[in-house]
Amino acid sequence: MSGGRGNLIKTLQIDTRLLGMVGAFVLIALVFHIATGGTFLTPRNLFTLTLQTASVAVMATGMVFVIVTRNIDLSIGSLLGIIGMVMGVIQVQILPDIFGFGSPAIWLITVAIGIFLGAAIGGFQGWLIGYLAIPSFIVTLGGLLIWRGGAWWVSRGTTISPLDPNFVKLGGATGTIGVTASWILALVGSALTIWFLINTRRKHISHGFAVKPIWAEYALGAILVGAICGITAIMNAYLVPTRILQRRFEREGLTMPEGYTEAYGFPISVLIVLFVAIAMTIVAKKTRFGRYIFAMGGNPDAAELSGINTRLLTVKVFALMGALTAIAGVIASARLGAAGSSLGELDELRVIAAAVIGGTALAGGVGTIYGAILGAFIMQALVSGMGMVGVDSPLQNMIVGGVLILAVWIDILYRRRTGDS
Amino acid sequence: MSTPLLEMRNISINFGGIKAVDDVSIDVMPGEVVGLLGHNGAGKSTLIKILAGAYAKDEGEIYVDGKKVEINNPRDARDLNIETIYQTLALSDNLDAASNLFLGREITTAFGLVDDTKMEAESRKIMARLNPNFQRFSEPVRSLSGGQRQSVAIARAVYFNARILIMDEPTAALGVHETAMVADLIKELKAQGLGIFLISHDTREMMELCDRVSVMKNGQLIGTERVEDVTEDDVLSMIIMGKKPGETVDA
Repeated sequence: MSGGRGNLIKTLQIDTRLLGMVGAFVLIALVFHIATGGTFLTPRNLFTLTLQTASVAVMATGMVFVIVTRNIDLSIGSLLGIIGMVMGVIQVQILPDIFGFGSPAIWLITVAIGIFLGAAIGGFQGWLIGYLAIPSFIVTLGGLLIWRGGAWWVSRGTTISPLDPNFVKLGGATGTIGVTASWILALVGSALTIWFLINTRRKHISHGFAVKPIWAEYALGAILVGAICGITAIMNAYLVPTRILQRRFEREGLTMPEGYTEAYGFPISVLIVLFVAIAMTIVAKKTRFGRYIFAMGGNPDAAELSGINTRLLTVKVFALMGALTAIAGVIASARLGAAGSSLGELDELRVIAAAVIGGTALAGGVGTIYGAILGAFIMQALVSGMGMVGVDSPLQNMIVGGVLILAVWIDILYRRRTGDS
Repeated sequence: MSTPLLEMRNISINFGGIKAVDDVSIDVMPGEVVGLLGHNGAGKSTLIKILAGAYAKDEGEIYVDGKKVEINNPRDARDLNIETIYQTLALSDNLDAASNLFLGREITTAFGLVDDTKMEAESRKIMARLNPNFQRFSEPVRSLSGGQRQSVAIARAVYFNARILIMDEPTAALGVHETAMVADLIKELKAQGLGIFLISHDTREMMELCDRVSVMKNGQLIGTERVEDVTEDDVLSMIIMGKKPGETVDA
């Protein structure tokens, strides 16, 4: 890297790893855009891509904490399966008899039970790991087999569908918030971003710390607000197909006005990812819980000697992973509109790969939430791009596997150069 | 004779049938430095880890200001204002100086979130006193030198108003200049009325800094002597042969 550019990045205080990942994502997107003759970088495809990534992205944020504490969770795919199945049974076979079909209580209670179940199972696995000192690899490998078997057992192998119409909206395929609400959200997000930048600067000045030059603050603000508005514009550019609109007007006994168009806006599942990402970033950076997770990952003995209860911390980390898996299960089953016993199969590997590609070190102590989410997007872009180009599924797997190894190798080289261990 | 600031009476601990610490009693007065000497494996570190709450004793009692206390974990020790600087430093390498300094005792905002800016400001204040050259507040401590890391560990103990300070080989990883700095600091803290337990292999340094020395061998206390009553050779023979000055070794 030339001195000038290096200095610019330093002044802006942008994480070079983040920059590299965004670069990789753009490169993959451009290659597929050309290879598919211009269909990859379209609002429609990017919209679909975010829908497909949502479930893995939610789990990847939790996996960051698990790996940072020097653990691993192999059970999440199966856990997603059994939770999806239980939620399916509850919303289809039990709750409609109590509240009546289509009642909003159905999806609320279903989701609540799912998250509770996820946290309980995750917490139990965490207890085995933290208090009984069984390695997480073994506990969750056992969990992988146990919960997958359990998922089958809940429904005797049948697929439960159709799911509750309100619940299905959470998957995003049919649940979007429209153009106006999307722009309002973008404005609120931009305002909060700017407020955050100003507030941080003010606090640093009040304590007499060095701050970035003011132009760098403006540049950073412009980049962030630009990114928020750009993503919103893409989501708002994907138009609902005319045929679907026509059908909707006919259903209400109206005729569609000539030239009428409507765009989807943000899918609810993507909003869930955004919410989870922000919440998990705050947890990681700004709470004691998050601080202790990283402290334990950096030096478990030091954490213990500092009065941190690392066993209980392990339970909490796995319970959080379980709760996030349940949220991912909501997104995944809602998107398909059905809960089958193979739901979430191999997801544990996609999620671990996303976290690792996102810069989470398996040795512990290092990892970021945004990195894991970007990692999930890179993986999904690769997979769906290859699908569009017509690469066979076995070859897809081989390429994804190779990319994972390559990504970790590049990461090792990067750490060596920057002097991180 | 006033009450000791801290007293450990008849402490024993077993590890798999081996008595790592066997019926040892030590104490420290306010404003006093007590040195713990002995070979590796003599039980010094184990003894002070009991005091710091890292190990649970099997037998014995601990008194602070003459009152019996229970120390079952590091939090208990901290609540009694017992602070420890470990030989291994006990820092999380991936966190910055301020995060390490406040680990387990973070300053939080009104919303319960950790206040990094405030913690860094406080770290800068204490560091200005302990090690004015220290400037690398936002880097992970892994990138710091041994001396800089040591200052972080010491700052952590000093910041929280320790009354009893345990220092396990605080100068082992340091250069000459930094060692002198730690020695000055010990004198300053002593003048403030802290009770300090100091572990070191450097007998000469101990004779200089300590008021009394307690010598351990094979988990047992050989004896405690005022430094003005003994010579360095006396102390060395206590360490090596396990006998008090004037005693003869049983053949």
